[in-house]
Amino acid sequence: MHELSLIQALIETVAHSAVENDIAKVNTVKIVVGEVYGALPDALDFAFRVLTKDTVCEGAVLEIDKTPLVLKCGACGSEYQPDEINWKCPACGAGGVTAISGKELYVDYYEGD
Amino acid sequence: MKIIVGRDLLLANNDQAGVNRVLFKQSKVVAINLISSPGSGKTTLMEKTAGMLAGRLKIGVVVGDLYTERDAVRIEKAGAAAVQINTEGLCHLTADMVYRALQEMPPEELDVLFIENVGNLVCPAAFDLGEQMKVAVLSVTEGIDKPSKYPTIFREAGAVVISKEDLLPYTDFDLDTCLAELKEINDQLKIFITSAKTGLGLNEWCSWLESLAGAE
Repeated sequence: MHELSLIQALIETVAHSAVENDIAKVNTVKIVVGEVYGALPDALDFAFRVLTKDTVCEGAVLEIDKTPLVLKCGACGSEYQPDEINWKCPACGAGGVTAISGKELYVDYYEGD
Repeated sequence: MKIIVGRDLLLANNDQAGVNRVLFKQSKVVAINLISSPGSGKTTLMEKTAGMLAGRLKIGVVVGDLYTERDAVRIEKAGAAAVQINTEGLCHLTADMVYRALQEMPPEELDVLFIENVGNLVCPAAFDLGEQMKVAVLSVTEGIDKPSKYPTIFREAGAVVISKEDLLPYTDFDLDTCLAELKEINDQLKIFITSAKTGLGLNEWCSWLESLAGAE
């Protein structure tokens, strides 16, 4: 349940920003979560409902944008979605890769009054 | 009103991990984040390691558990410095928890600092503590599918300790298949096959720790 820690950080981030922007009630929060974190949408949603109680985010809708893991091969430049276990490039077999998607974890935006 | 934020949710943790990393480097201590399922034998491995390296390396262990001080007491009895962190339900350690533990156990007095994470293969992999290396512990009583079910931690680890080798005859654990899967996930992994009971593999493990500490 690291979803709890992520949502706690999310609420702190939004609450801090809401004070700066003079927002008293948050209606929607959108987060982007990369596949690599293994965070479950249901668990994020549950944590959000529990932890937002008595905060500026209470009652808000949590929108989750889950990004797929996409790797780029350092040797041949191919972009691909890896097998769960084997992350090597399917085109050339090289092992050196960088993730170009799937490692995101941030608050995209929120809406409030 | 719509507010664009774009703030990384792990920013606070990652900032603190950066502070820890600098502290470890300045203190010339090798910090190892030890990750496994519950019951894999992390604490027993720490006890044996502390005993075998007594007089050779100064070992400290930050022990993360949901509740109780039992593990820290065991490790102190074995001769290493230990600080217990109770996460009170949180399934992983955070960089801030480690930083607070370091106030009780100054890293400059140590050669190797083990950060024994909460028993869990998923969440600890996402939280940087500032360590130089993650080491995963996998016991033969768990079955061989842990690496393929939880590949992230084995991909990020620098080494794997396979523990409880003495129990192999009583399980259907297929060591060769497990080793092949580990290699497939991460062909850079250093692998130690050990038994705290018979002592198998522990000399090799301790020598490796000494070489890491010497390289610092």
